[in-house]
Amino acid sequence: MKRQKNVLETIHMIDKEKLDIRTITMGISLMDCIDGDGEKARQKIYDKITRYAENLVKVGNQIETEYGIPIINKRISVTPISLIAGASSDTDYVAYARILDKAAREVGVNFIGGFSALVQKGFAKGDRILIDSIPQALSETERVCSSVNLASSKAGINLDAVAQMGKIIKETAVLTKDNDSIGCAKLVVFANAVDDNPFMAGAFHGVGEPEAVINVGVSGPGTVKRALEKVKGQPIQEVSENIKKTAFKITRAGQLVGNEVSRRLDVPFGILDLSLAPTPEVGDSVARIFEEIGLGAAGAHGTTAALALLNDAVKKGGIMASSSVGGLSGAFIPVSEDEGMISAVQNGALTFDKLEAMTSVCSVGLDMIAIPGDTPDTTISGMIADEAAIGVINNKTTAVRVIPVQGKDVGDTAEFGGLLGYAPILPVSKFSSADFINRGGRIPAPIHSFKN
Amino acid sequence: MEGKGIITVVGKDKVGIIYSVTRVLAENNVNVEDISQTILQDYFTMMMMVNLSSVSCEFNKLQEILEDLGKELGLSIRIQREEIFNYMHEI
Repeated sequence: MKRQKNVLETIHMIDKEKLDIRTITMGISLMDCIDGDGEKARQKIYDKITRYAENLVKVGNQIETEYGIPIINKRISVTPISLIAGASSDTDYVAYARILDKAAREVGVNFIGGFSALVQKGFAKGDRILIDSIPQALSETERVCSSVNLASSKAGINLDAVAQMGKIIKETAVLTKDNDSIGCAKLVVFANAVDDNPFMAGAFHGVGEPEAVINVGVSGPGTVKRALEKVKGQPIQEVSENIKKTAFKITRAGQLVGNEVSRRLDVPFGILDLSLAPTPEVGDSVARIFEEIGLGAAGAHGTTAALALLNDAVKKGGIMASSSVGGLSGAFIPVSEDEGMISAVQNGALTFDKLEAMTSVCSVGLDMIAIPGDTPDTTISGMIADEAAIGVINNKTTAVRVIPVQGKDVGDTAEFGGLLGYAPILPVSKFSSADFINRGGRIPAPIHSFKN
Repeated sequence: MEGKGIITVVGKDKVGIIYSVTRVLAENNVNVEDISQTILQDYFTMMMMVNLSSVSCEFNKLQEILEDLGKELGLSIRIQREEIFNYMHEI
């Protein structure tokens, strides 16, 4: 009878509560593809990716069938291209993005991450060229994702990079203006980026990672919400307890899938990222969990506390379930990708400032937020600086993925389609950040970074 | 194929459900190791543990056959490998 209950519960979680494995992401090192001749390097990159990931989609589909749990995305992350391309004499890296796009298409993955640079302490030659190439690269390719890490608790905040990324985001928005500036949805700016994140747009294969690795990202906000319906009105620790138990089950499903993929592809299993990743579909929302906990809408006073509890309980449940937890692991709060968040913005409950406060306790940051197309680049840089400061001071990953939607303003809605969803344009501060950003230089690392 | 599968049949009760399902399993050389059934809120729920070690077709083929049978009988029939349930509910 107990077994029957368990089986039915699992089936219910998958069918009705949209439990799924959000992504299996194969990390591939491109270190051995470095070549002084860019053309040769790109050929090596293409050959290596298509060889390693040849069966990724096939095996993912097999496992989905056999275990009856949907695996939504199969993806690839690679070594930051700035490190690979830097050895060549190329002065523009768009061709590297094109080859990544081609390889992704060939093996059938929907995104490939790693058109990236790590500049938290300063720019190397390859970093500068890569960052300059981002707008063109994202406008010319379909599946390539780009990220830039520009701050860390150890190094501080590279304000020159902060200033530049404001401009790069604007340029990317302009070049992809015909599709509601969708290029910016594939570009994320990080503080304390992690080496083993399986989620896009920020996935890249860190330099300390092995030759190839399988990282898995789970999901399941719907399942958490449903579990909380059983403890309505009970003291808040019951909420935490329930989230933990649910996170445990979700994580175990992810662990099983990760082990199987790894075994069948003969690629080591890296980490399980136990983030609650929402989608724009009804019943798959993190924001609706806040409502279940007792808030009128995401953004009401108390939301930050509820999110802190949620994030912590998810980690606690997940840690028990898997011995290789990593990545970002927590609750994601993207706006356009979460039906409940979109609705909270539409009815005025959720503002940009509240989102910023929430990022101090969530697992990432300001994510998939559509802002007016005429927002100055220095204002975007100001957002990046704030977010980086939250990450650097709190020893956590933070990120900014905002979309200054060209030709649209507050009152309009941006449509990105698919899992990227849609978002009403959020108003931002009208006051200037320009003189602060234009100072340039580096905000020193905080005092608590000196732990050696 | 190694291992065990769990078949779940959910839907409105009628004559011959077990017969139809086990006939398909026998045709594909799948041994039934355990069956339990119950009526939950008017819904017939049957669970079978089956051994897949000598199944005569591919897993996805068997799944297709069972799904087709489900459509024919107006029931939901699914087969999943056993590990997913063990993993999620046992430490």
